[in-house]
Amino acid sequence: MKKAENIHETSVWQELTPGCEIYEPGTAYQFSTGEWRTVTPAWNPDKCKQCLLCTPYCPDSAIPVRDGRRDDFDFDHCKGCGVCVKVCPFKAIRLGKEGA
Amino acid sequence: MAKRDRLSGNEAVAYAMRQIDPDVMGAFPITPSTEIPQYFAQYVADGLVHTEYVTVESEHSSMSTCIGAEAAGARAVTATSSCGLALMWELLYVAASYRLPVTLACVNRALTGPININNDHSDSMGARDTGWIQIYAENNQEAYDNYLQAMPIGENPAVRLPVMVCQDGFITSHAVENIELCEDAEVKAFVGEYHPEHYLLKHENPLAVGPYGISPYYMEAKVGQAEAMKAAKQAILDVGRRFGEMTGRSYGFFEAYRLEDAELAVVLIGSSAGTARACVDALREQGRKAGMLKLRVFRPFPFEEIAAALSHCKAIAILDKCESFSAAGGPLGAEVRAALYGCKERPIAVNYVYGLGGRDFRVEDCETIFHALEECAATGETGAPYRHIGQRG
Repeated sequence: MKKAENIHETSVWQELTPGCEIYEPGTAYQFSTGEWRTVTPAWNPDKCKQCLLCTPYCPDSAIPVRDGRRDDFDFDHCKGCGVCVKVCPFKAIRLGKEGA
Repeated sequence: MAKRDRLSGNEAVAYAMRQIDPDVMGAFPITPSTEIPQYFAQYVADGLVHTEYVTVESEHSSMSTCIGAEAAGARAVTATSSCGLALMWELLYVAASYRLPVTLACVNRALTGPININNDHSDSMGARDTGWIQIYAENNQEAYDNYLQAMPIGENPAVRLPVMVCQDGFITSHAVENIELCEDAEVKAFVGEYHPEHYLLKHENPLAVGPYGISPYYMEAKVGQAEAMKAAKQAILDVGRRFGEMTGRSYGFFEAYRLEDAELAVVLIGSSAGTARACVDALREQGRKAGMLKLRVFRPFPFEEIAAALSHCKAIAILDKCESFSAAGGPLGAEVRAALYGCKERPIAVNYVYGLGGRDFRVEDCETIFHALEECAATGETGAPYRHIGQRG
């Protein structure tokens, strides 16, 4: 069975799967899909109470949680949708230009 | 043992569906294909099939149902006509590009406008570039036979493409003919069970269907699809031969009728072949070398085979039961001419658009065409390459 990691931007057509089917879960980890973000969330750890309400709302699983605490965004996968900004009860996330 | 019965073309397709017992049917009515889900509903109600019969709210949804079911690992079927097929348009591309072998019974009908329920090939011809295999029937027997061959062709792992089994609305769909039917067990053995290697309900094998294909992948995906359509040619021939071993009725890409030594020939699709055959026979009795090529498989287009079958003729008329508004002819005309372009010796070719919206195509119309071809052959002049026949004025 063809693994997604063996299909890349230099693969010849014969190496693609029929219908571009993907035979394993979680393959988005292997691809940067955040590049079309136009606005970017900024996380303020000082205001954050670690309530973790933002993580289940993130449609792209781009808020990593380790040992029960959230970390900064995974910007390879964040699309800048701003849902986390809306749901944060502590105004610990704001939306703006990248790096601003 | 085969048995004979009197069935309409729609009944014959529904009968074939019962024998196959597909997993899912996306059912939505539209004239003249309505009877297919209608007859099939009776089989469902009588407990003769195990099919999940999904009554949807549109053809967009019936094709979506089939796509979802096929992706899940089921064998899915539907039937439609005309604007019903047009409403499926977006999903036709989805089924083909996801490489899901859905089977669609297309009962050919004109497209609006003016609104019209009668036969021509505008609907399926418009869908010719969607990536579906297209097989056309001349009569009820062929509608039945082609339907039984659709799944072994489309589900072949080297192919994996959806199949449109087309017949002429009302002319064959509602006319009753005495046809030969296979035994249920024969059909079960011929069509077989559907066991795709990958499907969504296979829990030990997580699968994503229909991912986004950015520029670095899209072209490769399309080449793969194009190669599958090329591979379908061999599958169609193999299945047609195997069907012949079972029934005595073998099928290829087209029927060449009295074509081998023909100087003049017509090329057409569907039920008009019976009319053309009568005309060819009458002309042959007069000692004129007339022939016919009845195309059965339009997608994949049998490019080399058509060229080989026609290149020896002096003049041919390609008959399109469909307008393409190219101001230069119909789709069959364009593709047959393209096929002949590579031949060193090739006939004069003219393209007629005929039979739109149920306009009759009579033996006299076919004679008129052969007379025009005689003129072409005698003078060496093509004349107008794009003509209409059967209209007033």
